[in-house]
Amino acid sequence: MVIAWESFRQWEVDSLKRQLPEILSEASCLRTLPDGSNRNIISLPDTADIARRSGRTRKEIDILALEHDIVPERYIRNMDALSMKDQITLLRSRACIVGLGGLGGTVVETLARIGVGAMTVIDGDMFDESNLNRQALSSEHNLSQTKTVAALEKILTVNSSILIQDHTEKMDEDNALQLLENADIAVDCLDNIQDRFVLEKAAKKTGIPMVSAAVAGFFGQVMAIFPEDRGLELVYGPEQNISTTRGAEASLGNLAFTVSLMASLECAEVVKILLNKNSDLRNRLLIVDLKEHTFERIRLV
Amino acid sequence: MTISIDLKLFATLQKYTLQPPGAHMIEAGTSVRTLVRQLGIPEIKAKLIFINSVKVTLDSVLKDGDRLGIFPPVGGG
Repeated sequence: MVIAWESFRQWEVDSLKRQLPEILSEASCLRTLPDGSNRNIISLPDTADIARRSGRTRKEIDILALEHDIVPERYIRNMDALSMKDQITLLRSRACIVGLGGLGGTVVETLARIGVGAMTVIDGDMFDESNLNRQALSSEHNLSQTKTVAALEKILTVNSSILIQDHTEKMDEDNALQLLENADIAVDCLDNIQDRFVLEKAAKKTGIPMVSAAVAGFFGQVMAIFPEDRGLELVYGPEQNISTTRGAEASLGNLAFTVSLMASLECAEVVKILLNKNSDLRNRLLIVDLKEHTFERIRLV
Repeated sequence: MTISIDLKLFATLQKYTLQPPGAHMIEAGTSVRTLVRQLGIPEIKAKLIFINSVKVTLDSVLKDGDRLGIFPPVGGG
């Protein structure tokens, strides 16, 4: 009796799979966008329901919908800055976010909203009171909680179809390669110079690009590093000559608006690299001065 | 002979900015290193030096009309 029921369930799942495009089409509706154009959209409850009934993940259903010219409503305002093909590419990508403090907290939320389909989040720390001035994932209610748990909760609250691997540990030379496994891109959200070199070495070895940002007071910098690029040494000098792990932030601190702006700039670069496989910030450093409101892109080689 | 350069110091280096900030007259043939010393900036903090948005070294010689920027190491997140 049980076997018969299971066979029936399997038959139901199989036939649903065959009929999925039809089911998606039936569940979709036409929506007029602000520019007057029309789009077929499908709602979150409908994709969740179809995923549950067909034994597929929500992400698979989102991708299938996009493949059939149906935009999951949650991504409708990504269009047409992103094409449906772009959205599928993002959903099929994995970003590894290293450091979940000021930069990382905003990066995970932004990438979850735009729809990067898988994330590896890494940080060995817990929140403390001094994080509250800038770290988007910290609150008065989660002090002493690990940053990875806060990141996990935030991502799943924003976009529960995202696959997450969380690692409550500090990235070091021994675990770095393993932590970057399956990632398409690394996002450097670390808080000191030395650890950035550890991540860069591992990203180069893994053969994936990396986006790196750093902040101090009203100032920030961001760059993209591909495996064949010289990367961080162009900014900080050779690793062996670095005498201190802290930079200007040791005396200027970290301000919320600088951190969230630089995190947003990182995300813009992550998305462009995932989609275009190249970056205007390779061998260049974008320097941001929020005191005088200047952006200057420096050619490093 | 003197030349005019535009000087911009960033972050922790701003305290070394000459008053008034902006364009400054310096001796022709002055290198970045000489200027950095004149300003009292520790060389170790003048990690990233750029002229007209291109990275240069301490030994680069300044020319009339150059825009010189010096950025210290920054590592916070």
